[in-house]
Amino acid sequence: MQPVLEMRGVSKTFGSVKALTNVQLQLFPGEVHALMGENGAGKSTLMKILSGAYRPDAGAEILIDGTPVNITGPISARAAGISIIYQELALSPNLTVAENIYLGRELSHGGVLRKAEMEASVAPVLKRLGAGFGPGNTVRYLNVANQQLVEIARALHADSRILIMDEPTTALSERETAGLFSMIRQLRDEGLAIVYISHRMNEVYELADRVSILRDGSYTGTLSKDEASPEAIVRHMVGRELSSLYTKTAGSKAAYTETVLRVSELSDGSRVHGCSFELRAGEVVGMAGLVGSGRSELAQAIFGARPRKGGAMWLDGEVFAPNTPQDAIAARVAYLTEDRRGNGLFLDMSCEENINTGVLRSDARWGMVLNRSRARARADESIRNLSVRVPHAGFPVGGLSGGNQQKVLLSRWLQIRPRVLILDEPTRGVDIGAKSEIYRIIDALAREGVAILVISSELPEVLGVADRILVMHEGRISGEVGGDTGIPATQENIMAFASGIGRSAVAA
Amino acid sequence: MSNSQTASAGPGAAERQQRLKAMMATLGMLPVLILVAIGFHLLSDGRFFTGQNVSVVLQQASVNTVLAAGMTFVILTAGIDLSVGSVLAAAAMAGLIVSNMPGVEYLWVFAALATGLAFGMLNGFLISALKLPPFIVTLGSLTAVRGIARLMGNDTTIFNPEIPFSFIGNSSIPIIPEIFALPWLAVIAFLVILASWFVLKRTVLGTHIYSVGGNEAAARLSGIKVPRIYLIVYGISGLLAGLGGVMVSTRLFAANGLQLGQAYELDAIAAVILGGTSFVGGIGTIWGTLIGALIIAVLSNGLVLIGVSDIWQYVIKGLVIIGAVALDRLRQRESART
Repeated sequence: MQPVLEMRGVSKTFGSVKALTNVQLQLFPGEVHALMGENGAGKSTLMKILSGAYRPDAGAEILIDGTPVNITGPISARAAGISIIYQELALSPNLTVAENIYLGRELSHGGVLRKAEMEASVAPVLKRLGAGFGPGNTVRYLNVANQQLVEIARALHADSRILIMDEPTTALSERETAGLFSMIRQLRDEGLAIVYISHRMNEVYELADRVSILRDGSYTGTLSKDEASPEAIVRHMVGRELSSLYTKTAGSKAAYTETVLRVSELSDGSRVHGCSFELRAGEVVGMAGLVGSGRSELAQAIFGARPRKGGAMWLDGEVFAPNTPQDAIAARVAYLTEDRRGNGLFLDMSCEENINTGVLRSDARWGMVLNRSRARARADESIRNLSVRVPHAGFPVGGLSGGNQQKVLLSRWLQIRPRVLILDEPTRGVDIGAKSEIYRIIDALAREGVAILVISSELPEVLGVADRILVMHEGRISGEVGGDTGIPATQENIMAFASGIGRSAVAA
Repeated sequence: MSNSQTASAGPGAAERQQRLKAMMATLGMLPVLILVAIGFHLLSDGRFFTGQNVSVVLQQASVNTVLAAGMTFVILTAGIDLSVGSVLAAAAMAGLIVSNMPGVEYLWVFAALATGLAFGMLNGFLISALKLPPFIVTLGSLTAVRGIARLMGNDTTIFNPEIPFSFIGNSSIPIIPEIFALPWLAVIAFLVILASWFVLKRTVLGTHIYSVGGNEAAARLSGIKVPRIYLIVYGISGLLAGLGGVMVSTRLFAANGLQLGQAYELDAIAAVILGGTSFVGGIGTIWGTLIGALIIAVLSNGLVLIGVSDIWQYVIKGLVIIGAVALDRLRQRESART
């Protein structure tokens, strides 16, 4: 069969940095082709070459249907039948679906839009995708999943035959993800070639027909569905065997005797209702649940970042009632946000400043003048201990990879020597090498006696790191598995609680 | 800088390089300042770089520098303070009223500063506690405080030819006898810049100001009392507007609620923006602001020296501000490319 797209000998150099070295990729019609690699492995650079945002170095060959093409920009990419759906959706929120699909090539009579015509042309595409909205809807009022559908419709409307999706499920709930997957399968069966970029191993298994892997800007191989075991993919990605992704020092149940945080009937009046649980010293407790089930809201209520309407908490036996994050921090309770770029890091500021945010005042001389040598020492120590890969402590944190950013944010919280550490999606958008390191850090902290709550949407992750797992459903803790509950910690049991089916469906 | 015992040469060099880059960004407008000054020197047949003229320029720049320093604090938090001109007028009025009261006349400086601080804190309170947009709040106080300034003097000019501390506005420190003397106003302005630098770069408060401007949500979750930061920056801006009022009063021996400080906020904002501080917040330096204020003063002075009419001065100043910032953007885009 003739490949619809073939890339050969693609290299890309930025100044003295080689981002891609002699990379190849073969894409056949009617396949979902996963592209994997750690952050910085060159996936986005490769895709940007396909979209015409970057020009490859001399010697690269790009063939569409066996014919060499020269992609110089978005227009020639579209002409070649290539569409890219970026992680950050590129839609204009105040325009209608049809206007977005026609953006940049609107139909008009002397500048007056031919709205009806555009909408009529878009409608069949939406129908083909089974969209629950029409061409005249304003994009702003659509949810993320539907906005993504608009992007897909835009690609189909332009008769694209190659669809590239960059981490499309990041902002989707489980159900929306399932919907997207069946859509992708349908398009594949219609003969489209789909490049699927993702960090999530289970998505790749579920969806991909073949997997190509990049490491440090080089092509390391393509695996067929049968060859693509987790071990094989990881080996290609990191270039070495990961003996185990998860580090978990098994603690005996008897060891967890000292209750650090007790939460009783906690409510916030809207998203969290009557949640009770305990965290014990040295214990890692997982928290699972669907997106929107109130996990982050519960964590924020504990941290004082969200008003509480009912319930009580005790920290080491004393009443703990933080009204602001600074109250919680003063009690050495830390919360690592799920959105490190949005409300975690100060991207323009240095690693050093980001690491020291929480201890500036306590370190300061006379309560106000910065203690710069102390700050530098803390930063250097954190960078060393957590092996943050950064040129120097004064480097702006915005320029680091996701995994290193996450380590910097984690370092900030370790400075307050937390007794309770709540980690909200600690490995989201983090490459697999850094993931494994973060798991190791979590395990080490637990051994030092920190009580840790890990909130995660990735079931293998909670199963891998936690001693026992709390499951939330619609603002309530609907169940607990593992530990001494007598209910085995399995994906099935967690999903039963998470979907609200409850105890009856749980297999003991 | 105590750069003691950097682990290896590699990271040390990289860091030095980055520090150099940051310095270049800070001094971005310095070449423009120097070029403009040299240009005027040539066009005016060598009348710009004379001891007396430089001293005049520094004096002209001083009040705007002080206001712009306060404005820098505010803009670093992604805010704006449109009320500084009006607050300056109200502070000067309060100062002159007190200076005319027998027995407490020496407290007039304190009265002016306190008035400025009070109005600034009021702005900050409305912005932080009621969560109103800074533009709206300070647009309101621009008008309202102007009215209050007029009320304070029953809409007349208050004089005090005997005002204490009048040396501030009228005398200089001789540096090179007969050639160059440094005006006290310029000394005060420079001390304000130095103090601002210290607060912004060497104190916890300064770091928190950059943090709030860079990412307010992250600042809140890091335990920074965000409303308190807003209160403080608008308080500082008001306090420095009050200081501006003191400086103007000592120069004029008088204050008028209607005319004093009209449109001063615009020059202050222009200085901050010329200095490379971002309206988005979190990015900028006080040294940039100083250079920005000097550019504006050099322009005003130089255009008079070469005999450009008052009307055209406005047009040229406006165009230079836009052009200089455009140039800076262009330059930064070039250097950002890897």
